[in-house]
Amino acid sequence: MTAARSVGLDVPRVEGLEKVTGAAQYTADLKFPRLLHVAVVRSPHPHARVLDVKTERAARMPGVRAVVSGRDFPLHTGIYLKDQTVFATDRVRFVGDPVAAVAAETPEVAAEAAALVTVDYDPLPPIFDVEEGFAPGAPLVHPDLGSYEVVPWIQPKAGTNVCNHLKIRKGDYAKALGGAWRVFENVFRVPQVQHVPMEPHVSVARVDLAGKVEVHTSAQSPFTVRHLLSACFGLSHGDVRVHVPYVGGGFGGKAGINLEPIAVALAMRCRGRWMRFMVDRHEEFFATVVRQGLTATLVTGVDRSGKVQAQKMHYLWNCGGYGGYGVNIVRAAGYTCGGAYEFPNVEGDSIGVYTNRPVGSAYRGFGMQEIHWALEQQMDKVALEIGMDPVAFRLLNALGAGKSTVTGQVLDEHAGRVDLCIRRVADEIGMDPGRAKTPYRGKGIACAVKAPAMPNDAASSVVMKFAEDATLEILIAGIDYGQGLMTVVAQFAAEALDIPVETVRVRGCPDTDLSPYDWQTVASRQTWATGNAVLRGAEEIRRKLCDTAGEALGVPASELILRGGAVVHEASGRSLPLARLVMGYQFPDGHAIGGPVAAATSYLPEGLLFLDPATSQSAKPVAKWTFGAQAVEISVDPETGQVTVEKVAACYDVGRVVNPGLIKGQTYGGIVQGIGTGTMEELVLDTRTGRALNASLMDYKIPSTEDVPAVMSVDFVETPQKDGPMGARGIGEHTMIPTPAAIANALCDACGIRISEMPITAEKVWRALRAKENAAKGADAEAAVPSSVTA
Amino acid sequence: MKKTITLEVNGALETAEVEVGTTLLRFLRDGLDLTGAKEGCNEGECGSCMVLLDGRPVNSCLVLAVEADGRSVTTIEGLGKDDVLHPLQKAFLSHAAIQCGFCTPGMIVSAAALLREKPDPSEDDVRKALAGNLCRCTGYRQIVDAVHAAAAEMRAVASVDDEGGAGKPVAPEEVTA
Repeated sequence: MTAARSVGLDVPRVEGLEKVTGAAQYTADLKFPRLLHVAVVRSPHPHARVLDVKTERAARMPGVRAVVSGRDFPLHTGIYLKDQTVFATDRVRFVGDPVAAVAAETPEVAAEAAALVTVDYDPLPPIFDVEEGFAPGAPLVHPDLGSYEVVPWIQPKAGTNVCNHLKIRKGDYAKALGGAWRVFENVFRVPQVQHVPMEPHVSVARVDLAGKVEVHTSAQSPFTVRHLLSACFGLSHGDVRVHVPYVGGGFGGKAGINLEPIAVALAMRCRGRWMRFMVDRHEEFFATVVRQGLTATLVTGVDRSGKVQAQKMHYLWNCGGYGGYGVNIVRAAGYTCGGAYEFPNVEGDSIGVYTNRPVGSAYRGFGMQEIHWALEQQMDKVALEIGMDPVAFRLLNALGAGKSTVTGQVLDEHAGRVDLCIRRVADEIGMDPGRAKTPYRGKGIACAVKAPAMPNDAASSVVMKFAEDATLEILIAGIDYGQGLMTVVAQFAAEALDIPVETVRVRGCPDTDLSPYDWQTVASRQTWATGNAVLRGAEEIRRKLCDTAGEALGVPASELILRGGAVVHEASGRSLPLARLVMGYQFPDGHAIGGPVAAATSYLPEGLLFLDPATSQSAKPVAKWTFGAQAVEISVDPETGQVTVEKVAACYDVGRVVNPGLIKGQTYGGIVQGIGTGTMEELVLDTRTGRALNASLMDYKIPSTEDVPAVMSVDFVETPQKDGPMGARGIGEHTMIPTPAAIANALCDACGIRISEMPITAEKVWRALRAKENAAKGADAEAAVPSSVTA
Repeated sequence: MKKTITLEVNGALETAEVEVGTTLLRFLRDGLDLTGAKEGCNEGECGSCMVLLDGRPVNSCLVLAVEADGRSVTTIEGLGKDDVLHPLQKAFLSHAAIQCGFCTPGMIVSAAALLREKPDPSEDDVRKALAGNLCRCTGYRQIVDAVHAAAAEMRAVASVDDEGGAGKPVAPEEVTA
């Protein structure tokens, strides 16, 4: 019997066969008897008081089964800050804010009936710009902010538009700035962008005649959906059942709760009927959630050695109309405000601001790509200004063992090695400071770091049980929406129990009535948290199998091991295959022992401590950090301004590579998504009307095969995570964090221009090149006049 | 207004009465329960609904069901045969070319159309042929690699078939790459 290895190997995706054959069922593929269709009445105004909603004509239309509006469902919902109702009640806060909804026998009737709902609005002055919303005396988006229910670690400011403000105060910033050799201040901006999952949001709901709510939904978090639905409708958790079939991409946009309350609200008015609420691609862009915008102001004070001594980071987040989820991005960006660097003296402020833009929420990286866009360009600029190589400058200031983060957490030797990541990608791209330069070709680098942003008690759990033939079934409630969770769960279990991975079945489409609890599939936490729960379950199963086998073989259980699908007593060479143990062992005389072998185990991060409310200092604010770096080589077309990313090198310290093919897929995918947000994507609003101007895949371009770099080189460092399953830590989000900043830094290397506002479009580059040319001409002209004064 | 259509879908004749405004995508999904083709945008921009119409790739959200009358349609469900996967399906599995899987059926269908036209496509050919199939997860690298691997396998099998099954030996890496 040989050992069955699987962790570290290219195990094919366990649900892959379903996905290549068309067998995999997504929410919109499910069939329901006599399904009703939902259409939503949305606000055409970015900001207005709702005076009256008249639904009578819609309700009388043949084929209409239910019409609901704000007055029917007044309870608030929100994962951290309860600032939203199912439908707008007294006020609408962005174009697309739901006001009422209709369920009808066909989609066409539903749409026609929705058009018959009349709403009287009293328009209010809208705010689109985050600085305007933050300014004293700005019109209030949420006048009742002070009365909303909120978790204790989020700090909204009543009477303003600030939905959360996290302050970092470390060392003595003012003194360090005063003593700095040179000081640099710059402003960087990031617009709102859309997740663009290939599967638009869709939820199907029914309230049965006994009052039990059942939902099938494309979501990242079935238990959080259940929890928030229960709160929103005043129900027992026991009377709400949530199913999540396969999910066609989410990237954060399907975290928390989304379409579900609207479908359930209608279902409550039409008992016994299923109703499907599916947004179309147009609505997906502005009426679901988007990524928050950011304005970042950075001040850096360095000493003569190039060490940063004083660092100020002022992050203003454009949260849009509601901040229920976005407030935690504000928090995460606060306690990570210094990125991958050690700054001894810090003044950090991360401030979420309500505006009348689409609702900001989680997006792969949870604020990190946005702050790294600012921070990594700032580091590059400072290095170049003081005449230092950007790679050496990063290495000098990088975090590492024994160094302290902005919250004062001192990293230990297990925390991961950003220095190694920097060196490897710099080598791969060839960033030697003495390198020969080619006009309009450039190289740039950026680092990345992220921790899981979650409540300190966010847990995952699993149920592991055997079928009669010793097939191991694992029930999880983490969602595999492409990142490979089901496969790595199978690998961990197979490795720990020494069974062939082909004998493991992961039940990855959860049902909250039957699946074990999981908080959410977000924060790159699943491989780590569910992986740890699986290893605990495997240990329990191993113990039960060995106890029964020991009794069966008449040897001490402590002398038994699991190998190749059997329990083995090495000293005597005797063994029992698992199939003879998993349902209990029967002796030759007929008497049986043991019983069906199963385990239910969980994992909860240990030792996490709240941030100090005034300074945000904490010795262990987060469970783990994942560090990495990317370097890129680009070319610029001087005639058109078009930037082409020729080559990307990425390296992350992931602790342990569990599945090389899957982790490469995460990295390629992150790089290309990073090229998308970095060079193409922006949700553009008409600032007169608040309407999205590019809400289609024709006008909002995401990367296609033709935008992929010719070379993507991917590498990993494996410094084991102490509390990670077999040393692994999270990686899913990190892969898109540094890409835009690395491209921006390469652009500066290529032609000496800097684009401070994402994305780096051809138009912006072209304008900057022309401005540079004109400035050079101007300087020439001025140089010809000796008496002129130049700055 | 309704019209009766007869078409071949994955090798089987189907006759149905459809509203003239019904798209081929809607007919396949709701009428025939073939849900492999997905609705990602319903305006021909994402490629998730790609099927073969008389062997050519089309966005089935932009074709009316009545336009398919008398013609042949192949969807992802009809690409392999029972337990035998199409070489592209195998290559997508072995190259980790799948993540969420929503674009996968359309992607494989587009690639199948390409390999029918060009058995030995260049990198550029593959990229161009798949440019209308959007994927937000994978970054496309492993998809393009999988298409090349499937092409190699299909060429190897074809060369064996051409020579009566006893032709020149097939390099193993070409079959399994």
